[in-house]
Amino acid sequence: MTEILTDPFLWETIIQGLLFGGVLALLSLGLNLIFGVIDVVWICYAELVMVGMYAIWWLYVPNGVPLPVAMLTGILTVALLGVILHFVVIRPILHTEPINQLLVTGGVLFFLQGAATLVFSVEFRTLGVFMGSVEVGNMMFPWTRILAFLTSLVAVAALWLFLKKTYIGTAIRAISQDREVMPLMGVSPSRIYLTTSALGGGLAGLGACLLALLYDIHPAIGLSFGPLVFLICVLGGLGNLFGGFVAAFIFAEFIALGGYYTEVEWGYVMAFFFFIVMMFIRPQGLFSRAR
Amino acid sequence: MNSLTSNSLQAIGLAALLAAPFVIANDYLLHIAIMMLLWGLIYTGWAIMGRFGLVSLGHGALVGIGAYGTTMLWNHAGITPWIGIPVAVAVAVAVGLAIGFPCFRFRITGHYFALVTLALAEVTRLMIVAMRDWTGGSLGVTPNSVLSPDNPVSLYALQFSSRHVWFYIILACWVVGLIIWRAVDRSMIRYGLEAASEQEDAAASLGVRVTRIKLIVTAISAAICSFGGALYGQYQLYINPETVSGIAISLQIVFAAIAGGMFVKLGPTVGAIITLLLAETLRTTVGHDVHGLDVMVYGIMLVLFIIYMPRGVVGTLAALFDSRRDAFDAPTRNKAKKRPAGSARTPA
Repeated sequence: MTEILTDPFLWETIIQGLLFGGVLALLSLGLNLIFGVIDVVWICYAELVMVGMYAIWWLYVPNGVPLPVAMLTGILTVALLGVILHFVVIRPILHTEPINQLLVTGGVLFFLQGAATLVFSVEFRTLGVFMGSVEVGNMMFPWTRILAFLTSLVAVAALWLFLKKTYIGTAIRAISQDREVMPLMGVSPSRIYLTTSALGGGLAGLGACLLALLYDIHPAIGLSFGPLVFLICVLGGLGNLFGGFVAAFIFAEFIALGGYYTEVEWGYVMAFFFFIVMMFIRPQGLFSRAR
Repeated sequence: MNSLTSNSLQAIGLAALLAAPFVIANDYLLHIAIMMLLWGLIYTGWAIMGRFGLVSLGHGALVGIGAYGTTMLWNHAGITPWIGIPVAVAVAVAVGLAIGFPCFRFRITGHYFALVTLALAEVTRLMIVAMRDWTGGSLGVTPNSVLSPDNPVSLYALQFSSRHVWFYIILACWVVGLIIWRAVDRSMIRYGLEAASEQEDAAASLGVRVTRIKLIVTAISAAICSFGGALYGQYQLYINPETVSGIAISLQIVFAAIAGGMFVKLGPTVGAIITLLLAETLRTTVGHDVHGLDVMVYGIMLVLFIIYMPRGVVGTLAALFDSRRDAFDAPTRNKAKKRPAGSARTPA
């Protein structure tokens, strides 16, 4: 037992898992707003992140735009894309079963993937930004991951405050409870959906900024973390920002420790199994309140 | 359309299909025809449960279990596909029931069901990749071939070098798939499930054993899809985790079935024809230099289909020609303008 506790590699793995959890938490935040709070399923969410990553890469690498400007433009691009997605694709079927929204955005998933392949080809693109690492004892932690972790902490707090303390935040939470009664209460639903889609898209863009620093960009990158982000939102309890945050870390630790003891794929397998089992034990999510 | 003309149309259609290999001299076209029938079978298997609002994104897992189960038993234990296929199908049915039972019991429906089954599809793909010592990982695997120029047919290994043989085998399986569809369509299961997909509590109170009949269609659907996966492996003699399992193949199954029309017998097959024709046409006209265009067009088509033609091509045509269709034929997916009753997921 003591050997396990003093194994520095194990500790490094656990802390790396925590930092990876920060990335996942940030990615799942926008989805938690869209899927969890207003109950609209963007199955193409990860592809929106991919578009943001390509936008940042395209501005920064071939066009030489300064990185902060490129990132800001990336966030705005994805926010705009979120609005377009809602008003062009989802609005015509907003009042049908949610499964239809899932399927229609699945079409968008293929479209964005195809478009990315067509425009940027299947080559891996990289920003080539290295921010160095922090050394603690014998352990190395890259700054980019620490930055992602801190950003996700700030973003989750800011989103929580926005939803709880502002008028429009309250309206966003209210529209998920009854789409038909809200207009009677004097709130324009299209304004709410406009705000939420833009905000959800913007958060996807924020995720894209950090993901672009960490990983190479390619058209299929969405499929590699998309399912994970969805399951995190469901596991945390839909609309529960704190639950989604914790679930992100649970998933990340499964993957990190799985990678440490066997292979990364087995970590993912265990995380998915954990999800399936938890769905049957607590179908409302880990930390759900009565809704 | 009365039953006499319907029967004669079916007979003419089948005769045309039987004669097809003699007319299609081209090996490539025959291959496309085989793929259409094979995927048509798999899509039909999915739609047997999909039409009742049980939209599964996990069928990639079942196709994968069928394909890999059969191939692994053959490559590593030398077990003939005649035993391997039933074993793989049984495993897939067991997996389908193991996921289905808690879902149906706890009323996980709609998009939550889709997400749970999506996790299953990913688990299967990742497990196939992770067991790379056996399965060859993401590089895929080839069933050990016993064929040679002197020995073009092996019944024991279920390997045939002639596409004509494969065409007839898969045609027969596809016809059996349609017969199963018709049997479900004419059974009480169908009415029970259509009632349950509208109002589960009301259906249960009228004596519909909802969980039980949902499990029955799940088992049928899992069996057909895994069987299709096994045939795919035997025919192509190459499988890899991306082409037979995972989220991409699951979405492909769902979308093709929707495009063709998942509420009518020939709909899923027409979906297979449409999607394969689209992919092949774009591939041959636009060429290999322009990647991604086919996926883009496919994506736009799906969006348009789901918004404007949720019954799919065949469903819409059938509704146009056959105005006698009663309320039973306008099931769940067409509940436009109707509010979802209660929350989509009722926690136990």
